[in-house]
Amino acid sequence: MNNYVVKLSDNGNIAVDDTILVKDAQSAAGSRILEGFKPLFSAEAVTRLEKAGYIMAGKTQVGEFGLDLVGEFSYYGTQEGTLTCAAANVVACGEVKAALGVDMNGATRRGAALAGVDFLKPTYGTVSRYGIISCAASGEQLGVYAPNVEGVKEVMSVIAGHDEKDGTSLKDASYTYVTDEAVSGKKVCIIKELLAKADEEVVAKVNAYADKLRASGVTVEEISWDMVDVANTAWQMLMTAETCNNVSRYDGVKYGHRAEQYKNIDELYVNSRTEGFNFLTKATILYGSDVLSKNRYDDCFGKSLKVRRVVAESFAKLMESYDAVLTPVCSKSAYEAYEIEDAFKTVFEESAFTAVANLIGVPALVSGGVQLMGKAFAESTLLSLAGSIERAGE
Amino acid sequence: MKYELVIGLETHVELNTKSKIFCSCGGHSAANEPNDCVCPACSGMPGMLPVMNKRVVELAVTAGLMLNCEISRYTTFDKKNYYYPDLPCAYQITQLNHPICTNGLVTLKTSEGTSEVRIKQIHMEEDAGKLVHVGKASLVDFNRTSVPLIEIVTQPDFHSAEEVLVYLNKLKTMFRSGGISECEEGAMRCDVNISVRPEGSEEFGVRSEIKNMASFEAIERAIRYEYQRHVDALEFETEELVQETRRFDDATGKTFAMRNKETEADYRYFPDANLMPIIIDDEWLEQIKAAKPVEIDEKADNYRAAGISEKEIGVLIQNHNASKLLDDVVAKGCDAKNAAGWILTDCAGIMRKNGKLIGDLEMSSDDLAAIIKMVESGDVNRMSGRKILTAVIEEGVDPVVYCKENGLDSKVDASVIESVMDRVFSENAQAIADYKSGKVKAKQALFGACMRELKNTADTAVIKEILEKKLEEI
Repeated sequence: MNNYVVKLSDNGNIAVDDTILVKDAQSAAGSRILEGFKPLFSAEAVTRLEKAGYIMAGKTQVGEFGLDLVGEFSYYGTQEGTLTCAAANVVACGEVKAALGVDMNGATRRGAALAGVDFLKPTYGTVSRYGIISCAASGEQLGVYAPNVEGVKEVMSVIAGHDEKDGTSLKDASYTYVTDEAVSGKKVCIIKELLAKADEEVVAKVNAYADKLRASGVTVEEISWDMVDVANTAWQMLMTAETCNNVSRYDGVKYGHRAEQYKNIDELYVNSRTEGFNFLTKATILYGSDVLSKNRYDDCFGKSLKVRRVVAESFAKLMESYDAVLTPVCSKSAYEAYEIEDAFKTVFEESAFTAVANLIGVPALVSGGVQLMGKAFAESTLLSLAGSIERAGE
Repeated sequence: MKYELVIGLETHVELNTKSKIFCSCGGHSAANEPNDCVCPACSGMPGMLPVMNKRVVELAVTAGLMLNCEISRYTTFDKKNYYYPDLPCAYQITQLNHPICTNGLVTLKTSEGTSEVRIKQIHMEEDAGKLVHVGKASLVDFNRTSVPLIEIVTQPDFHSAEEVLVYLNKLKTMFRSGGISECEEGAMRCDVNISVRPEGSEEFGVRSEIKNMASFEAIERAIRYEYQRHVDALEFETEELVQETRRFDDATGKTFAMRNKETEADYRYFPDANLMPIIIDDEWLEQIKAAKPVEIDEKADNYRAAGISEKEIGVLIQNHNASKLLDDVVAKGCDAKNAAGWILTDCAGIMRKNGKLIGDLEMSSDDLAAIIKMVESGDVNRMSGRKILTAVIEEGVDPVVYCKENGLDSKVDASVIESVMDRVFSENAQAIADYKSGKVKAKQALFGACMRELKNTADTAVIKEILEKKLEEI
């Protein structure tokens, strides 16, 4: 099933996505606007791993601010042909033990699915956001790429837990993850509305995964859940609004790229930002700015906050009957290079699979090219379900 | 026609905290050089997250209690978006939807009688930095960014410049006395919303907002100018009034339009997801209430009853640091009147000599109480007490250790004093003769000579007693 060779070496090398700060290493989130920016401190997750003896092997390229599909639109190199995700690739070829990425609009999960590695987007608040180049504060979360659930568990056990430097960090000092809970008797549902958004190949993959779960004694049922589209729309509104606000600090005044030509402060802002951001970021800023404007706020941003609550309640209700949800991660098995002018719409459509976990903060695990979602703090259930399949495949 | 002035105020007050509102940098008062008190958080670098300073919440709630407000048990922060180089994140963290205090009331005593002003709300927010223009260049100083502020918003309840000034002075006294804010120059800034309507009318006139005024005198002049401008426009149609933001020019005494309603910025407020809602539970609120300083009038009455002079009371109620030190040493058993003298004369004098103010005094009440008690009990004389106090303030020494090491203990045996005095008498025959011939001053010279011989240690009362006895014997 996996199209890569697992070389589980004992080395402690970790790759770090460019959206995560590593002290003194250029951290530019794939954007020209942060060209040359070298942070004075490392992200909390990086510091914790270093303290535990891991080595930060290098930074992996991301699309500008993690807004694209898998990393195709970075200032530091655009991709041609079939698209790939740098962090997922270095994990897939065994160059590193694991990698850290920020899951904001699904790029990390899609990247892992395409490369056939695991990625866990943990429950919101369990991993410190200190030291990530923040875009959508209310739903982004630092997660882990690894060749299998054991690797995810190992890294998560080090990085998860309260950090006083992050006001959204939950109070528990640490979390325990297991990969070998008994799965027989557990119940998993497949959301029909999400299957309908994927091509045949992907649907077949999800169904094959469901069969493997059934073989382990798990009950898998197809159900209808009508929250998929509203959840995605709400998340795109919140995400673009928060991103628009968070990248507004990149103005050419303090650090990063500054235009050479300007006559006054307004031109300094406009020229630096025009040169510094790519088309997709600009589209995101425009969309987010509109969503927050006085005339649209109540209908867009305000309503999205209400939708978030409704979706969270509906999902919690669903999780009273099931232990996890099984979904596709992408609509197809591979993406080909495309024009950046089409990126906003393309990413919007693809994030239908990933947005729920960002919107309501629940954990999502990509393994074997499919996604398992569960209720808050149900990481161990997801890791155990995926683990049973990974172990059976060995 | 007679016109009525209608004013609402938005007053920004810088809070007296050790650190900024969302990071551990010292406030800008701790800064000596531009960008002295700056970290990645308050300079807007990526990766840093705001972490709430609890003390800001407590001071804001205390201010709300002083202004008879309702305290919100659930309070949240919002982001206000605008671009300016002194605003490093390009947004200000403030409170729009759930401010910390609402619905207060202040009573004002003016020459016209008593009036009441309703407080609409108090909210917490961060200050912006400062631009310094040097020739053609503009430099940014982030020392003031993220310094905590409260903004106190009143209803449009003021009807004269006098009421405004009485209100502002009341806030100033209250906040200084309560340790909320030092209210120094620039630490209290006002936006004045002003309109004029025919007397008896219920409808409000067209409103202008005069932004960012730091001096009370300028506020008064601006109100008078603006009132006349509005009256002229209504009465003589000198101009058409529009809702707009104006700036007061101190040199000309006039106000100028900055921007009108149509060109007003859309600040695109939205909730700050980096800061969780703050819940003020019963326990926390009770703690804040218990720590709330007593009302100014009550405080003054207490001091008066203890025999402290009006002049000293005046200083004490303006100075939280001094009055807190006094209350603490009194609680430790010192006499209030005596202790007030120690603080306002001796401590203040020593601070002044070092170019500082009593407000900057950082002295433990234990140390001061120890010194006062040494003197009260006669273990040390007043002069030595002052010497110990100086060493404690200037060098941070331990008073008891310092006293011992420098032999300032005044428990000198009476027989030692007598023998010293005998020697002084024999060496100062002229002074003795002068005393006999009726020159009272000579007694003082003899006393001084004894003190010098005893190196200012012994109990002065005992010396005086022995001196009197010996002079009688002559």
